[in-house]
Amino acid sequence: MGADGRDENDRSIPSDPAQPPAHHPARPLSPHLQIYRPQLTTVLSISHRITGIVLGAGAVALVVWLVAAAYGPEAFACMQALAGSILGRVLLFAFTFCLLYHLLNGIRHLVWDTGHGLELDAVYLSGKLVVGGTIVLTIAIWIAGIAARGGF
Amino acid sequence: MRGLRSELGRVRGLGSAKEGVQHWWLQRVTAVALVPLLVWFLIGLIAHSGADHQAVIAWLGHPLTFGLFLLLLGAGLWHLALGLQVIIEDYVHGEGLRLALILLVKFGCIALALTGAIALFTIAFGN
Repeated sequence: MGADGRDENDRSIPSDPAQPPAHHPARPLSPHLQIYRPQLTTVLSISHRITGIVLGAGAVALVVWLVAAAYGPEAFACMQALAGSILGRVLLFAFTFCLLYHLLNGIRHLVWDTGHGLELDAVYLSGKLVVGGTIVLTIAIWIAGIAARGGF
Repeated sequence: MRGLRSELGRVRGLGSAKEGVQHWWLQRVTAVALVPLLVWFLIGLIAHSGADHQAVIAWLGHPLTFGLFLLLLGAGLWHLALGLQVIIEDYVHGEGLRLALILLVKFGCIALALTGAIALFTIAFGN
């Protein structure tokens, strides 16, 4: 039970039309994120935007890498050394994770756009598949990449 | 939902933003294009993990890589500009700052796409 005597799982809006909250009109309000319990659906939704922003930074890094490759062997070697450093590898791993998440969740969004998979249980199932697929594919890609270069 | 729209509104196909579903649709078109392009890109990156400059130049300069990479840059940065615009429109409420940020995003994405394309042309066709 919460402090106000309501059950913790009771997510209904307390309705007391006689006493509207100060400075707020007595009408339904959007969920206040500060007190709204995070759920898989909401977390995955905002993660799509956050990973999209991160991938914007990844696009900048990709173009810098292309320019370095075009510039010549010295600039390219410098870029590869940066990418191979601890910080570079952490960033590349994060980019891989964000790219796969955004890709898989983007496909989920495209399926929704056709009007399919919008039932609550389907939404949760596809969400779990996206998270699982992102983790598995991120690790698989890094194992394949390390194997291709013949060692860490 | 269809029943609530006026005949005129349905004919014009414009919502409150006065530009119809063009933005929403282009976000989806670029997304669909990016799915196969990103699968190709990831496989290419794995195959060239740890490759030296000469091997990477040979890969990037190959006509197929060159073409697909241009498409990847175009679709990806277009998708990025559309997506960042929506995020700015949702969270930045000051009219001036919002317009400034959206312009910055669009100019930035165009500059990035152009820079990447110039780098690819340089690699493919020499200095």
